[in-house]
Amino acid sequence: MGLSYEQSKKTATKIITILAVITIAEVLFALAGKGYIVEGWHVPVFIMGGVMIAMSLLKAYLIVYEFMHMKYEMPGLVKTVLLPTLLLVWAVFAFFKEGDYWKNRRGEIMDKNMDRTELEVSSKQQGMIYDPNTDRNN
Amino acid sequence: MADTAVHHAVNEDKELWDGGKSPFKVSYGKIMMWYFLLSDAFTFAGFLIAYGTLRISMPTWPVPDFVFSAFPGGFHHKPLLFVTVMTFILLASSFTMVRAVQEGHQENKNGVVFWMILTIIGGAMFLGCQAWEWTTLIKAEHVSVTTNPFSAHTEAGIYLEGDGHDIKEGDAFDVGASYLIHKHDGEWHNLKYKVTEGEDAGMIKEQAFGPKAFGALFFFITGFHGFHVLSGVIFLLIICVNAATGLYVKRKNGYEMVEKIGLYWHFVDLVWVFVFLVFYLL
Repeated sequence: MGLSYEQSKKTATKIITILAVITIAEVLFALAGKGYIVEGWHVPVFIMGGVMIAMSLLKAYLIVYEFMHMKYEMPGLVKTVLLPTLLLVWAVFAFFKEGDYWKNRRGEIMDKNMDRTELEVSSKQQGMIYDPNTDRNN
Repeated sequence: MADTAVHHAVNEDKELWDGGKSPFKVSYGKIMMWYFLLSDAFTFAGFLIAYGTLRISMPTWPVPDFVFSAFPGGFHHKPLLFVTVMTFILLASSFTMVRAVQEGHQENKNGVVFWMILTIIGGAMFLGCQAWEWTTLIKAEHVSVTTNPFSAHTEAGIYLEGDGHDIKEGDAFDVGASYLIHKHDGEWHNLKYKVTEGEDAGMIKEQAFGPKAFGALFFFITGFHGFHVLSGVIFLLIICVNAATGLYVKRKNGYEMVEKIGLYWHFVDLVWVFVFLVFYLL
């Protein structure tokens, strides 16, 4: 391991203190950004999101590398466990883009449903809705 | 020259394949625990990503600091206080787990049992808190898997009636203002309001229920996490009792079993960090 018993205890205490401080900072920042601490003061959503995610990733690093001892494991083990989780970054971006698309599509469909007559006219012209009065084949 | 290069490589391989060496120099149990945790991480990531996707696809979503603002003892309007306490309880239990593992490396049986008992208490306290959270949401606020009375306004307006709690007749609200539809004597009281801006201005509407997915996602994901905490507490108990009876003394492996369950417990804490982030902070 490399660290003595006394050093290990000190490191653990140091890490838990840092984790506690980051947690308090996260919560205070979340409340401040939504206007709870200074009335009406709002922080833009993407700054809020970015700071929160960064703080949580820092907490994750401290828990995995120190508490779970990843820092002291062989580099091979570290890579086989952590590299696959990078795929999740791709998953997050892909699925959130998907969710956004669903929202926009629902809006488009609702708008289309509002303008029914326009839809019927354009569909008839493209031959998509059958009208016996204009059918030349029967 | 090529012969010696090959000879050297073959020799190294022979040392590796002679047996008695563990990959990455960790025991079978430990490496398997790591890979199990990796698979579990993907499971939770799948759930949290599903939550994010559905939330993004909705026009509105309950605001977390409005939904989670109750505290035991009848307190209200204390946004995120209770879940922050829950986070600290789990973090503290992670610290006591680290201490237990450290005492195990010193082959100190009593130290291991002491710090593991503290960890178990922390886990049990977290479960109790989560049970209180669920009870408040289900009994007091009537959130279920099919109904979600929490939502936020998508247009500005003025309330035409009060609800006897925080909303009074004539209260104005902006886009994004949160509300909770109250239920009395089995009847929902969706307050009426008049829209003041936008294309529906002047219309009288009723408070709409929030997205149904909220209840299902919240109970399922926190339930899945709570189940992991419960199974963790059970395993911790078993291993603590085993340690107390001296089962791990003969093994002389630095109480590696304690280390392995420690990995699982820290994983449970790690998942909570992200559940906390996604459900309550973002």
